[in-house]
Amino acid sequence: MSFVFALAGNQNSGKTTLFNKLTGSNQHVGNFPGVTIEKKEGLIKKQKDTSIVDLPGIYSLSPYTMEEVVTRDFILHEHPDLIINIVDATNIERNLYLTLQLMELSIPMVIALNMMDEVRASGNSVDVIKLSKHLGIPVVPISAGKNEGISELMDVIMKAANEKKKPTKLDFCTGEVHKAIHSISHLIEDQALKSGYPVRFAATKLVEGDEPTMKALNITENQKHIIEHVVDDMEKSLDTDREAALADMRYNYIGTLCDDCVVKHQETNEQIRSEKIDKVLTHKYFGIPIFFGIMFFIFWLTFGAIGAPLQGILEEGIAVVTNLVSEIMIGANVSTWLYSLVIDGIFAGVGSVLSFLPLIVILFLFLSLLEDSGYMARVAFVMDKMLRKIGLSGRSFVPMLIGFGCSVPAIMATRTLSSERDRKMTIVLTPFMSCSAKLPIYGMITVAFFPKYAAIVMISLYALGILVAILSGLILNSTVFKGNPVPFVMELPAYRVPSAKSVLIHMWEKAKDFIRRAFTVIFIGTIIIWFLQSFDWSFNLVEDSTNSILASIGSVIAPLFKPLGFNDWRASTALITGLTAKEAVVSTLSVLTGVTTDAELSVVLNTMFTPLSSFSFLAFTLLYMPCIAAFAATKRELGSLKNAILTASYQTVTAYIVALIIYQVGSLFLM
Amino acid sequence: MTLDNIKPGNSGVIASIGGEGMLRRRLLDMGLTPNTRVEVRKVAPMGDPIEIFLRSYVLTIRREEASKIELKEAMVL
Repeated sequence: MSFVFALAGNQNSGKTTLFNKLTGSNQHVGNFPGVTIEKKEGLIKKQKDTSIVDLPGIYSLSPYTMEEVVTRDFILHEHPDLIINIVDATNIERNLYLTLQLMELSIPMVIALNMMDEVRASGNSVDVIKLSKHLGIPVVPISAGKNEGISELMDVIMKAANEKKKPTKLDFCTGEVHKAIHSISHLIEDQALKSGYPVRFAATKLVEGDEPTMKALNITENQKHIIEHVVDDMEKSLDTDREAALADMRYNYIGTLCDDCVVKHQETNEQIRSEKIDKVLTHKYFGIPIFFGIMFFIFWLTFGAIGAPLQGILEEGIAVVTNLVSEIMIGANVSTWLYSLVIDGIFAGVGSVLSFLPLIVILFLFLSLLEDSGYMARVAFVMDKMLRKIGLSGRSFVPMLIGFGCSVPAIMATRTLSSERDRKMTIVLTPFMSCSAKLPIYGMITVAFFPKYAAIVMISLYALGILVAILSGLILNSTVFKGNPVPFVMELPAYRVPSAKSVLIHMWEKAKDFIRRAFTVIFIGTIIIWFLQSFDWSFNLVEDSTNSILASIGSVIAPLFKPLGFNDWRASTALITGLTAKEAVVSTLSVLTGVTTDAELSVVLNTMFTPLSSFSFLAFTLLYMPCIAAFAATKRELGSLKNAILTASYQTVTAYIVALIIYQVGSLFLM
Repeated sequence: MTLDNIKPGNSGVIASIGGEGMLRRRLLDMGLTPNTRVEVRKVAPMGDPIEIFLRSYVLTIRREEASKIELKEAMVL
C-alpha cells in the first residue's frame, strides 16, 4: 500500500528538521505549479512506497498569502492520506490555531508535538494524553532536533494512515458562531460534496467570507443572500465582524484547552536566553554595526580566507584535467574545431563557472547558519525601515548584500523571503549591486583613464548601483509590483543551535542545483558564445577572432552605443562575451586589440574611449544583464524563462538609459 | 490608546483590531485577538518596527500596523 503524507505547520516549528529526519537525504526539491514556492518531497526512511510532501510554513488557512493558498489547494485537490501537523510546544497556543483549521479538512491527522525537550527542561509540561483526548486525534511528543520520539511518531502515523480515521471533533464553538456555521453547513452540503470540499471546512470558510470557496462551490446569488443574512445576524449578536469572530472563537477554544493540558510556570530557557542575546544583537546602537560586522566576516571568509584558496585549488584541478584532455586530443589527432569546442568552449566556459562552486557552498553554509539559528529574522527587524520605502521588507537586505559578492548565490538566497512579490522584486534588483567579477573591468578602465582617482571611481560605481536599485525599486513598486505588499508581521523565533544535518542538506541542495545549471543552461550558453567567437559566417574556424561571427555582430550593434560615447566594435563584442562571466570583458578587449601587456592595453583603450565615455562604458557594464550563471539562477527562482528574459531586458535597458544620461549630460558640462 | 503609543516594557490588553483585509486577518491569525495581553519589548534601532510579546512568543510589527491595534487597560509605568 502506498501513502502520501503532507507535513504542515507554522514557520519556525522545526518542520524542515522533522522532514529531514523522516526522509534523510532522499529529497526532491521543486516548485508548486505556477508559483515560485518551494515544494519538497521525500521518501520516508524504512517505509516502502511512502512519500511525504513538506508544505510551506503557514500560520492559517486564510486565502491571503500564496503559501496558504498552495497548502489549501494541495490538501483539497491532492487528497494526501494523512496530515502530519507539527506543533511547537513552546508556543502551543498560536500553533494550535492552524491545527484547528487543518482538522476541518476531514483528512486523517497526527500531531507531532515538537520541542518537548525544551518544555520539560524549563519545568513546564503538556499533558499529551489529555490533549489528544480533547482533540480526538493522536498526539506524539517529539524533539526533532534531538531525534527523540521520531520512531514512535512513525509508528503512530502508519497506524493512523492504515485506519484512515478522520478527525471527528469539529465543534470548537458554542453560541452564535456555532449557529452560523451549522445553518450554512445545511445550506451548502450538496455543493460541497460535489466539489470535493469537506462540508465543515466549506461552511467555516463561507462564514469568513472566503472568495475561493464561494467560487469552488458555485454559490448562487440566492445562497449568497442567505449566507450574508446569517453572518449579519451573527455579527450583530456578537458585536464584532466575521473574521474577528472566528479568530476569537478558535483562540478561546485553545485557551480553555491549554488551561486544562498545559502547565507553564515560566518562559522556556531558550526564550529567556533569546531575550538576553537580543539585548546585544538588536541593540539600539550596536544592532546595525554588529549586523554589518557579521556580514563583513562572512564575506571575508567566503571570498577571501577560505573561498579563494579553495577556488584556486579547484581552478588548478580543472586546469590539470583540461591539459590532460588537451594532450589526449592532440595525441589522437582530432580536428581543430573539435579540439577548440572541447578546450576553448566547454572546458574554459563551464570550468570558469564551476570554480564558483566553493564560494556558493561556503556562502550557503553561513546563510543556513544565520537562517536556522534565528538571526535572519533579527536582520529583517533591524534593517526593515531602510527597505520599506521601496516596498520591500528587511528580509531582502541579505540577498542584496550578497549581491556585492556574486549575484548567483544572492539570487538563490531569495528563496528564504516569505513573500513571492518581495522575492521577485529582490531578484530583479540584486544584480544592480556591483558583483566582484566586475572589479577587473573597473581596474582596467581606472588604470587607463583615472589612475589618480581610482578609489573615487570605484566608490562612485558602487554608489551608482545602489542608487539605480533604489530608483528602480521605487518605479517597480508603483508599476509592475503595484498592489498590496505582504504586511510585515513576523515572528522572532527563539535562537537555537542549528542542526548540522539541516545545514549540510541545505548546502548540498544549493551545490547540486548550481552544478546542474552549470551543465545545462550555462553549458549551452558558453557553447553558443564559443561558436560565435570561433567561426566566421561560412562556418570556417577563424585563426583571428577579429574575423569571427561575434566580431561582426559586435560591429553591427556597435552604432547602438554611439549615443553612450563608444561606437567601437571591440567594446560591443566584449560586452557580449561578458555575458559568460563579467571578467571576460577584460580578456576579450585584450585579445581583440591584440595587446599583450596592461600598459599597451591602456594606450589602446585611450584611442577607443574618452574619459567620459569610459565612465559611461563602466556604468553600462555595472548595470546590464548579469552573466549566464546569474541569468540561469534568475530563471530558476522566477520559475519562468519569459520572466527571466523580461528581467534581463529590463536591466539592460536601465543600463542603456543610465549610461546615456551620464554621457550626454557629461558632454554638456565638459564642452 | 493604540499599541504604537506604548513604550517598551509596558503592556496592555487588546480591545479591538482595526484595519482591513489581509493585514487585519494576519494580525488576528497571529493571535492578536480581543482580550489578549500584549507587552511591547523593544523598538528597532531605526525607530521602527517594534517587538511585542504575546501568547508566549515574540512578534515584530511595524508602527503603522500597531496603530491599528486599540488597547484597553494599558499599563503604562
